[in-house]
Amino acid sequence: MMQRLLQTRGLAQIIALLAILAIDRAVSPQFFDLRMQDGRLFGSLIDVLNRGAPVALLALGMVLVIATRGIDLSVGAVMAISGAIAASLADTYGLPVALAAALGAGLLCGLWNGFLVAVLGIQPIVATLILMVAGRGVAQLITEGRIVTFTAPDLVWLGNGAVLGVPTPVVVVIGMLIITGAVVRGSALGLLIEATGGNARASELAGIGTRAMILAVYVWCGLCAALAGVIAAADIMGADANNAGLWLELDAILAVVIGGTSLFGGRFSLALAMVGALIIQAMNTGILLSGYPPEFNLLVKAAVVLVVLLLQSPRFANAGAVLGRARQ
Amino acid sequence: MNAASDPGPALLEVRGLSKSFGTLRALQEVDFTLRAGEIHALLGENGAGKSTLIKAVTGVFPRDAGIVRLGGAEVAPRSAKAAVDAGIATVYQEVNLLQNLSVAQNLYLGRQPTRFGLVREAEMRRRVTALLAEFDLHIDVAEPLGNYSVAVQHIAAIARAVDQSARVLILDEPTASLDRHEVEILFAVMRKLAKRGIGVVFVTHFLDQVYEICDRITVLRNGRLVGERTTAELPRIELIRMMLGRELAETTSERAATQARQAGEVCARFEDYGKAGYVAPFNLALRRGEVVGLAGLLGSGRTETARLVFGAERADSGSATIDGAPVRLQSPRDAVAHGFGYCPEERKTDGIIAELTVRENIVLALQAKRGLAKPLSRAEQDEIAMRFIRMLDIRPPEPERPIGLLSGGNQQKVLLARWLATAPRLLVLDEPTRGIDVGAHAEIIRLIRELCDDGLALLVISSELDEIVTYSDRVIVLRDRTHVDELEGEAVDVSNILVAIAAAGTAGAEAGQA
Repeated sequence: MMQRLLQTRGLAQIIALLAILAIDRAVSPQFFDLRMQDGRLFGSLIDVLNRGAPVALLALGMVLVIATRGIDLSVGAVMAISGAIAASLADTYGLPVALAAALGAGLLCGLWNGFLVAVLGIQPIVATLILMVAGRGVAQLITEGRIVTFTAPDLVWLGNGAVLGVPTPVVVVIGMLIITGAVVRGSALGLLIEATGGNARASELAGIGTRAMILAVYVWCGLCAALAGVIAAADIMGADANNAGLWLELDAILAVVIGGTSLFGGRFSLALAMVGALIIQAMNTGILLSGYPPEFNLLVKAAVVLVVLLLQSPRFANAGAVLGRARQ
Repeated sequence: MNAASDPGPALLEVRGLSKSFGTLRALQEVDFTLRAGEIHALLGENGAGKSTLIKAVTGVFPRDAGIVRLGGAEVAPRSAKAAVDAGIATVYQEVNLLQNLSVAQNLYLGRQPTRFGLVREAEMRRRVTALLAEFDLHIDVAEPLGNYSVAVQHIAAIARAVDQSARVLILDEPTASLDRHEVEILFAVMRKLAKRGIGVVFVTHFLDQVYEICDRITVLRNGRLVGERTTAELPRIELIRMMLGRELAETTSERAATQARQAGEVCARFEDYGKAGYVAPFNLALRRGEVVGLAGLLGSGRTETARLVFGAERADSGSATIDGAPVRLQSPRDAVAHGFGYCPEERKTDGIIAELTVRENIVLALQAKRGLAKPLSRAEQDEIAMRFIRMLDIRPPEPERPIGLLSGGNQQKVLLARWLATAPRLLVLDEPTRGIDVGAHAEIIRLIRELCDDGLALLVISSELDEIVTYSDRVIVLRDRTHVDELEGEAVDVSNILVAIAAAGTAGAEAGQA
């Protein structure tokens, strides 16, 4: 029974999220309180969604890359680039140009990664490491080493505004989730990505254009990262090339893995990757609220990740089944 | 064959072994007895429970019920390693060694001889060389294992197992990818081991080999024990009856029926098609409703020809035409778009996508052919999957089961279904019956004929000459990566093929130029 429950897809993640929210509620009694102010919802729960938006966007691109048995380490650096571009252009040229330039840069970054992996056949971890290092340098060149600030209200709105009370970043994530879901599951892309990740040789022999598939997921990942970078910059009304998106690639990978997508590729779930991102942010917010020093954050995160991964592991599920039988 | 007439003391005793996966009862109260110094065949159709029995005995799976005794003492290994420590070693069809390490390192992995904490490479190499010499294998043990043939890798795996003081050696389909000469070497090793008192369990689909080397036979069917006999007392037809549980329709040598068939017009033609260093340029015309067999030894260029035809390798000379129109086959994608299909020899690495379901594996090529923008709806996928599951009798008939959990024969049927779903004009089958039991074997051969009657052009590769003679209208013989001969009509028989394969090298050169 326990075995079957644990193997139900997504259950482990949902339980983990609920447990963390319950703990958050225990350390901060007002955790579930919501209030409306200036046409925008406020509350810790909204905070989790809002703060979690950049990692959720990264995870949305990362989950597809990982499904093809790849990985993209450069997303944090791409965030820095796109944030720097958006911040530099917004005041002079307005939001449409700034946004288009930032997303265009993300697209180019994705193409570069995809080219290295799909065409040149470089191992993804090495291929994207190049941009992870170089990208931050590019971002620093764009900002000329300063923190670039801006006041363009529409860009500020992207990070701090609200649509029907819901913070804009959350709306953007939901929109991107719907678009990605529609593209991936509405077309045959999802199946072909899973096939490519499951067995690239066999997929190639079945007539799938695996290279185009791989190129496409890196481009999409770059685009998602660029959007995350714009939102992060809009949030603080400035671009800090040194710190924007720093280490967030690891949170994104973690979110995907917590969401049950194997680093060996194949089966993936967009929704569960989102749940993974929420788990990570719910932890971060909870620790901040609890008043513990933020240093604890990293340790607690590690512990929670371990538990979630244990719950997913088939061996652990089998052990549970054996224990259950022994008790009977 | 002495052990057969003199049942020695039981070395490995399995009693009442049961194992279920969910609702599937893979093994039901199976008994199995192996005596010291005998070679014991474990036979059965796909899904009979041979692999499950082996894995339950060696602790890969926990067993639900039953006991295993080794030399009278009960053993219950909880992992494959524990089984090896207890004295039961298994060598699987896919050798579980590390291709990138040297032969010596592989044989001593995890137990390297050391001095002052350092591995004594030279000592290790010396010992491994001596060990392999016992098996008449004289190779440079410092070379990476992956550089050697599958046969050598098998013998290395066996040597490793035996060197770890195995008393029972289980060989799961060891000869599936070996040619005749390599099989001889392996058999010599098996006989040597049996003489030393080791009990050898031999799982195979080659009945000839069973009669050649085995003392005793145990047959399983649908997870139950059918019986144990000595080889000498079990006529072949009786064995097949035990395995199938029914009279087997005559499967071999129905040449007359084959020849009556009228071949249609040419649907694909390859002229001077070749790739330097891969396959010498060849001419090949494939007609609708015709089966062309490719015969030759391992490495003669059969698979290479198939891969060129399918675009998995790019030709650097010659031209291809389909229905008279020139085409370029740069990739499998091109070939699929032109209505080709290819079931590769290595099902696991090149064919199935193990974690995807049977349904997804079946619709994959059709979906790739239709393109991204035209997804098959779930209802269409279900319909296609069920149609082929029924048509090809895929078992278990569950479209949502991951294909990796199916037996080899059923995986092969799913791959056939994958291509049939695309309504191909040409199907290339590379060793379609390899690693498949007698029943599924006959079914696949029957399928090949039916497909052909439906107007499909087939290019079939097989190492089984009997088989190739049974279904081929024409046979192309290859040697040294060159098409050397073509047999047609009355001329298609085993001895002619053998003569062509064995013909002097000059003939090959001539045919290559022709």
